[in-house]
Amino acid sequence: MSWTRKILRVDLTAGTCTPEPLNMDWAFEYLGSRGLASKYLVEEVDPKVDPLSPDNKLIMSTGPLTGTMASTGGRYTVVTKGPLTGAIACSNSGGFFGAEMKFAGWDMIIFQGRSPKPVYLYLENDTAELRDAAHLWGKSTWHTEEAIKAAHQDPQIRVSSIGQAGENGVLYACVVNDLHRAAGRSGVGTVMGSKSLKAVAIRGTKGLAGIRDFPEFLKVTAEKKQILADNAVTGQGLPKFGTQVLMNVINEMGALPTRNHRDVQFESAGRISGEAMHETRASDGKTHLVTNAACFGCTIACGRISRIDETHFSVVNKPEYWGASGGLEYEAAWALGAANGVGDLEALQYANLLCNEVGMDPISFGATLGAAMELYDLGVLTAEQIGIEAPFGSAQALVTLAEMTAKGEGFGKELGQGSKRLCAKYGHPELSMTVKGQEFPAYDSRAIQGMGLAYATANRGACHLRGYTVASEVLGIPFKTDPLVTEGKAGLVKAFQDATSVFDAAGICIFTSFAWGLADIQPQIQAACEGDWSLDNLNLVGERIWNMEKQFNLAAGLTKKDDDLPPRLKTEPAKTGPAKGLVNGLDVMLPEYYELRGWDTEGVPRADTLERLGL
Amino acid sequence: MQKSLSIDPVKCTGCLQCEMACSYTHTGAINPSKSRIKVFSFEHEGRKVPYTCTQCSDAWCMHACPVDAIKLDALTGAKMVLEATCVGCKVCTIACPFGTINYMSDVGKVQKCDLCDGDPACVKACPTAAITYVDADWTGLDRMRAWAQRANAAAL
Repeated sequence: MSWTRKILRVDLTAGTCTPEPLNMDWAFEYLGSRGLASKYLVEEVDPKVDPLSPDNKLIMSTGPLTGTMASTGGRYTVVTKGPLTGAIACSNSGGFFGAEMKFAGWDMIIFQGRSPKPVYLYLENDTAELRDAAHLWGKSTWHTEEAIKAAHQDPQIRVSSIGQAGENGVLYACVVNDLHRAAGRSGVGTVMGSKSLKAVAIRGTKGLAGIRDFPEFLKVTAEKKQILADNAVTGQGLPKFGTQVLMNVINEMGALPTRNHRDVQFESAGRISGEAMHETRASDGKTHLVTNAACFGCTIACGRISRIDETHFSVVNKPEYWGASGGLEYEAAWALGAANGVGDLEALQYANLLCNEVGMDPISFGATLGAAMELYDLGVLTAEQIGIEAPFGSAQALVTLAEMTAKGEGFGKELGQGSKRLCAKYGHPELSMTVKGQEFPAYDSRAIQGMGLAYATANRGACHLRGYTVASEVLGIPFKTDPLVTEGKAGLVKAFQDATSVFDAAGICIFTSFAWGLADIQPQIQAACEGDWSLDNLNLVGERIWNMEKQFNLAAGLTKKDDDLPPRLKTEPAKTGPAKGLVNGLDVMLPEYYELRGWDTEGVPRADTLERLGL
Repeated sequence: MQKSLSIDPVKCTGCLQCEMACSYTHTGAINPSKSRIKVFSFEHEGRKVPYTCTQCSDAWCMHACPVDAIKLDALTGAKMVLEATCVGCKVCTIACPFGTINYMSDVGKVQKCDLCDGDPACVKACPTAAITYVDADWTGLDRMRAWAQRANAAAL
């Protein structure tokens, strides 16, 4: 058990909600969440579909450990074909929404078609209804959540919604749940908006009884929680500093991409770091950070809850932003900060709040702004075109352009199309720091070589969450490798990618992998689920998920040329730090990676590989 | 020694492991909606506050019950709902000043914290020791110790 064995199919065109049994053959092959939802997508959607057409589908899926005591067992995944990349898009989120879906009795919700008018799905246990959302269209994710709870007179409803960004076609719009958790990347919120689906509101009171062996599950999950508590990263670093524990570490390594990757170290990194969030402000005598917070079932609690400086120029006379709220997390702090050369912590938090509120990915927004600032610096874009002077380092430009992008005004519309389209439009495609059209996260691959390969080959475009070799290359987890060399990285990337697929499919958070290996989640899955969940089988499941995603992309028309890095990272050496003089050695690593994957020299899985994986 | 639940909201991260453990112990399913301890999130203050029955000595719920379905467990001090006797009249839910005894519409009875026969599941499940089970006569001991330490430091 542990799956509820039930999925809900919502036909937005017809306005119908129909329960279906979960395909258990697929569950045994793909486990859940990312794996299982991707399987449904691959089976049901033409890879060549226009991502924003009614023929695309949007799937929200839990994993078998979602809604259980397994630490971090609260995650759900949004899978679709992505509008930013044209590749398979798969973004997962924590918070409390995923567990609520499980408690209402559902493994997965498949949205298809397009509603003729804005609607939201209301799901209370077995009752599923599409409700009018005309009054919510144009409203933020924060307003939407509050309004739905008020309308149903039920403060315990969990809501996942899109904000104005998803309605206005920002290509990196998120689906936001529980105010500040997000299925953040690849524009899954844009697809939701294209379907006129404003929100999903769930109240689940059935609970989860179907754990295969409850006593064993309680015993093993307790043992594994202790491992997280005893680990320096998951037990101390992440609770105290959040992911922001990385800002100074990565900067010192010369791996903090700065000013659209012109530099690899940021002179103001310390001012926007996790440590800075603990410092007392001169203005009000308070610290930026209020507390840490956990998602459902999480015993790490890395989340940052902060309070912005009320006297900061960005929020003067805007009391709606003065309360405690989510952020800054490392990737957002980097993208809004270092990527643009902005070292003003409060300005970054304001831009971050806007991203949560209107539902847009701060990584892609920040990185796109970095590209715009470089175009401005080169004189390609003028202040007149942009609407404001936009030199690197301008907090005013960050704040103003975040607002314009959120509202879809002026130059904000162009920023909302992402870095690839922006740079191409202005004649400098080489300045777009993207893979497959998706912006890089916060690690420079000249100083962490394995990440170059991980970015180039990630099925959803540049991403740190698909093969986080930073763990090995920087933190020595599970073993230390030299970040400056390419040797051995092909195997390392493959191993991380396959294992991560299993963590994601199980419904738990990848941050557990700082302390857990597959051998630690294996007994948790086995105690919860029927079927063979041996380590060997889980390894196979992970590899199967990866190859299935790859095949979707190939069928969508992506080729080897899409497994590439921007020329800057391959030809312009790092200027400072331990990697000074180095470029990324992707061209050395990629052929070895293809070979290890059992793919041909064009990156196409060979017949024997597909047969071995049952694809 | 009688013991009490002691809750320190500052330590709570809002993970809901306590709600899962409570509901599993009493219903056999993981179901926070059936938990007898609830974690409240005050978003604008960034605070999470677990709250449950404090087991009043002179308990309003017990006095209000017209069928004597709420009894004192002399060993733990818990006020126990006798499900077989409870008629689901909900008078206790009106009487309780704290809202910690609640009706369950699916079974037609009320439920409240019973201290799990002296071994509370929420305490064992809490990863940050925000919920502890301590000497009922000395629930303030840790706070006293902390202040004593400050006084001592000031004197040095």
